Amino acid sequence: MTAVDPATSVVGAEELLGLYEQMAVIRRTEKAAHDLFLAGLVKGTTHLAAGHEAVAVGASAALRPDDYVFATYRGHHHAMARGATPEECLAELMSKSTGLCRAKGGSMHLTKASAGMLGSYAIVGAHLPMAAGAAWSARLRGTGQVAVAFFGDGATNIGAFHEALNLAAVWALPALFICENNLYMEYTPIGEVTAVAHPAADRAPAYGLPAEVIDGNDVVVVRDAVARAAERARGGRGPTILEALTYRHFGHSRTDPASYRPADEVEQWLSRDPLELARARLKASGVPDESVAAADSRAARRVEDAVAAAKAAPGPDPVDAFTDVWADGGSAWRT
Amino acid sequence: MADLTGAGGTAGATGTASAASTTGTAGVITYREAVAEGIARELRRDPSVVCLGEDIAAAGGVFKTTAGLLAEFGKERIWDTPISEQAILGMAMGAAMTGMRPVAEIMFSDFFACCFDYLANEIPKMRYMTGGQVTVPLVVRTANGGGLGFGAQHSQAVENWTLAVPGLKIAAPSTPADVVGLMAAAIRSDDPVVFFEHKGLFASKGPAAPDGHVVELGRAAVAREGSDVTLVALAVTVPLALAAAEQLAAEGISAEVIDLRCLVPLDMAAVLTSVGRTSRLLIVEENPYQGGWGGTVASIVADEGFELLDAPVRRVAAACVPLPFADALEQQVIPTLDTVTEAVRRLAAY
Repeated sequence: MTAVDPATSVVGAEELLGLYEQMAVIRRTEKAAHDLFLAGLVKGTTHLAAGHEAVAVGASAALRPDDYVFATYRGHHHAMARGATPEECLAELMSKSTGLCRAKGGSMHLTKASAGMLGSYAIVGAHLPMAAGAAWSARLRGTGQVAVAFFGDGATNIGAFHEALNLAAVWALPALFICENNLYMEYTPIGEVTAVAHPAADRAPAYGLPAEVIDGNDVVVVRDAVARAAERARGGRGPTILEALTYRHFGHSRTDPASYRPADEVEQWLSRDPLELARARLKASGVPDESVAAADSRAARRVEDAVAAAKAAPGPDPVDAFTDVWADGGSAWRT
Repeated sequence: MADLTGAGGTAGATGTASAASTTGTAGVITYREAVAEGIARELRRDPSVVCLGEDIAAAGGVFKTTAGLLAEFGKERIWDTPISEQAILGMAMGAAMTGMRPVAEIMFSDFFACCFDYLANEIPKMRYMTGGQVTVPLVVRTANGGGLGFGAQHSQAVENWTLAVPGLKIAAPSTPADVVGLMAAAIRSDDPVVFFEHKGLFASKGPAAPDGHVVELGRAAVAREGSDVTLVALAVTVPLALAAAEQLAAEGISAEVIDLRCLVPLDMAAVLTSVGRTSRLLIVEENPYQGGWGGTVASIVADEGFELLDAPVRRVAAACVPLPFADALEQQVIPTLDTVTEAVRRLAAY
């Protein structure tokens, strides 16, 4: 049985079971996406977030429904944690008209603006300034919202990361910068190409920002850390950097077997699976095994239904290629 | 960066002028003053308009195109940023997606290269790739073009860079009144607009815009009527084409000058209508011939207006070399009165 940090806050058994079930849905959706890719039903590429579930679910549990989230091309978990359904996500991956972005975005651009999930961005680091801009907007409008940028460890070496941190710090914006450090930028260990041990947190002093390195596989740890950072941001005390240590269960993308990762490292991290850690917490909270099993069953059925619905959904109308360039819905560029 | 208010000729006493001082409907203002005036009018009417950029607030902009805005609107509307072009455009985008109408300044259009991800991959694509879930109502203002001896990294006309990207609207006014009218349309647009202000025009003067003046994006203007040759121009090449037309009139050649005012939407109906009258077309552009916007105009005329033509379509554009520093060299590269008039003469005689 895996150990959990006893220093975290008390969490209600019912809430914890809910977080567990969300993670279970994400895990099964990612597995389904993987299988559908292998079956040729998902085109292009996928960057699966299995293993990262606790970061998205824990953070979302600490945020207000009207807060803003900006994610990366490895962003299925963030879309679902903010309320996108497995069916909407899988349909998008499968180029169906019922997809989140009506088949115009794909795996790397899952977005659910109505839930404050303002996009998944496939240019590394590009969305950190956007999150700062959304935080600036929230401050200007006096709404008390915060904006969160989730990014990978690889993003910490690109200029936009540093430009965003500096300006967000200077303007004391209500922004959270949450790094999902899974130890590999793509195929290269982040430590081999970064001047500091903690690629996000160790940069914080340069911008006068507070930072925490946290267990990104423990949903309660993530929830508590994000709650602290959000409270700080809403209180006008500026941004926080969180570096959540986590690990990919799949490779970087597509069918990457991730054979560049040492076997003992993989084994060690898989033993700290976020779902296993949550199950340990549930047991410690006195939640009966049958309740956990029932949550697993509901998650499995939900994803099975989503796969079936996405498979059955129609493809896009060809005319949709020419809609939504402009706000008037069209694409006319000349008279 | 040094104070550049003298750029383009007489500096004028714009450094301390309040943006509010140029609201009269009569009189004459400079192109430079019109920029601040156009922004100020929208700041007054819409509280969601907010400005950000390098040196735009306390300093009033290196070209003084935002002079007076901080004094009238305060620090919560007019924001000085660090030299972080990616952050400027990225933040503008994030704010635009969440209820604001940011007006971002990139000091020199050459610096688009420092933030081109936002201009090429982020701002123009977000609405489309989310299936219409978000709008990005922002304006990216920038000082564009040569003629002032700033050398290869501060003199380029780069409107063709943005024309290459679907999803951006592009305005490039030639007169103070159009600066105000197009600025109003750009800021009110729910689509992202790149707004090219020409460095060589900042000191030029023209009639002030009337109150409430809005110039719809994508409507060209007939800057001078003529019957022999159509000159299609944009921004600084409009006064150049007008000067050429004036000179050629004395030689008995009647040139019509079309001021495109925008590249997207591109008013090809106006161009084709004019070519229908003149049967000859010269495109005068400051960006390089190779990949310049005139190539798009020419290809459409060749396709849809072939039977209107009595002569080949010609282009006068910048040479395909970096902009040199010395005036004597720069004049070899960018369009001049001599190169335009000579091209028109040859076309008229064809």
